[in-house]
Amino acid sequence: MGIKVIYPGPLTTVQDRGRTGYQQFGIPVCGVMDRAAFAAANEILDNDRNAAVLEMTLIGGTFEFTEDHVIALTGADMGPRLDGEEVPMYAPVFARKGGRLALGMAAEGCRCYLGVRGGFDLPPVMGSRSTDLKSATGGFKGRKLEAGDLLPAPSLGFEGFVPKNIALDRPVYKHHANIRVVEGPQEYAFTAKGLETFYDSVYALTDKCDRMGYRLAGAIIETGSGSDIISDGIAFGSVQVPNSGQPIILMADRQTTGGYAKIATVCSADLPLLAQLRPGDTIRFERISVEEAQSLALRGIY
Amino acid sequence: MKDMRIAPAGDRALLIQLEQVISEEVNDRVHGLMKAIEDARIRGVEEMIPSYSSLLVFYDPGQIGYAGLKGEVMGLYSLAAEHTSAPKRLLHIPCCYGSHFGLDMRDMETLTGLSREEIISIHSGTDYRIYMLGFLPGFVYLGGLDERIKAPRLRTPRVAIPRGSVGIGGAQTGVYPLKSPGGWRIIGATPVEFYDPHREEPVLCRAGDVIRFEPVSACDFYDIRQMMLKGQYEIRITEAADGD
Repeated sequence: MGIKVIYPGPLTTVQDRGRTGYQQFGIPVCGVMDRAAFAAANEILDNDRNAAVLEMTLIGGTFEFTEDHVIALTGADMGPRLDGEEVPMYAPVFARKGGRLALGMAAEGCRCYLGVRGGFDLPPVMGSRSTDLKSATGGFKGRKLEAGDLLPAPSLGFEGFVPKNIALDRPVYKHHANIRVVEGPQEYAFTAKGLETFYDSVYALTDKCDRMGYRLAGAIIETGSGSDIISDGIAFGSVQVPNSGQPIILMADRQTTGGYAKIATVCSADLPLLAQLRPGDTIRFERISVEEAQSLALRGIY
Repeated sequence: MKDMRIAPAGDRALLIQLEQVISEEVNDRVHGLMKAIEDARIRGVEEMIPSYSSLLVFYDPGQIGYAGLKGEVMGLYSLAAEHTSAPKRLLHIPCCYGSHFGLDMRDMETLTGLSREEIISIHSGTDYRIYMLGFLPGFVYLGGLDERIKAPRLRTPRVAIPRGSVGIGGAQTGVYPLKSPGGWRIIGATPVEFYDPHREEPVLCRAGDVIRFEPVSACDFYDIRQMMLKGQYEIRITEAADGD
């Protein structure tokens, strides 16, 4: 037993930290877009750090509880209501059997996470419960959720659940973000002018932004002699610049390899912020050293 | 450290670039270096993506910093040469050319000026090295396609190419591990699963392996497919000759 999907929202998938260890075979990592909100949900519920959650995009779903469950909502605030009553974000919520949780449009931000005590109980594929939409693998039947789906979750009820006294930094989502990056690995493919353009311009998220990547629009970045490279591996947050000169940031569902020069890589600490931007929002890239990026990463829960 | 460049790919990965060319020698060094890093069991190293002439190493900055890992890799680089002589696996892949699988076989005859038999004999008469995997789960980038059967990609890619299709795209040949859109010219299909997420080893091939396509009839294709689904078929794997 678990949680029944009454209305799924436009794109709701089961995700965890991702399918790592198989990238050398061309298998994408997938996993949550916003690792900070994901970590917070599992922290609130005292779950395993990698317990599977639901990721909702822009518009949330409606769910019915087939038994008592403790749940937590993090990330973008989609105005959650349980049987008509407002419920808080970033706090444990006691959902009774038969209760209905309804979410709407995100007021700010883009992605909301619904965690359940014990985590969604779906069979891991290659060590992960993340949904790989492209190859229809993992998560719930390898696809986004549909009305009528029943998501199994452990029958832990409310018993023995003690809300933790934890101070969680609730992020504030805005329509512009300074995104810190580590330069490279192929910064040499760009002219000095091209690099200057990249750091001095404001880029907007286009409509072509999804779990795979964000296509940005703004000033054209000049390359030395084109941006084609011999294909190599890609990291979460790689900023590749194809020959159009408009950057693309590779996100959770990215392919493992690609053939365009990568001007920079978004630092782990700023990926959660990036994951919550929407089409039309703007970005300015800020260069920091790899050492700074690593010390930022160690301060957080990424 | 000639011919090697190490650069950060963000705060959780480091890219090692050898000479940026597509050559068997450089690709061997990539695999040698990967093996050396695996064997060294460096604390914090999580996984790697080898490609034609680069190696992307993912690591946990909580366990090792960029400078520390860079130092370790530079130390291993000289040792890596020893690993390049490791024998390679040769995978014998049954392939049914033409028939209703080879959607573009007729066009290939026109484009190359060769008969179907000649195309089959050339395509199956070459051993192909797997330089890397990427694009899709289990998708192999093969080198060594004979000049005579190169062919441009379709002007308009197909919306769905069936799983197992064997195709030619420019100077490359390969296999579609799952149903996927694609622009390669399809000359046949293999009954073998290059990718099965529920198998113990989900992906059949590894970068550095060698592939040989072996022509089979449509009847054999379906027989092998049946056996495959019952888990009774295993492809033949031998040792590749030197200098594949």
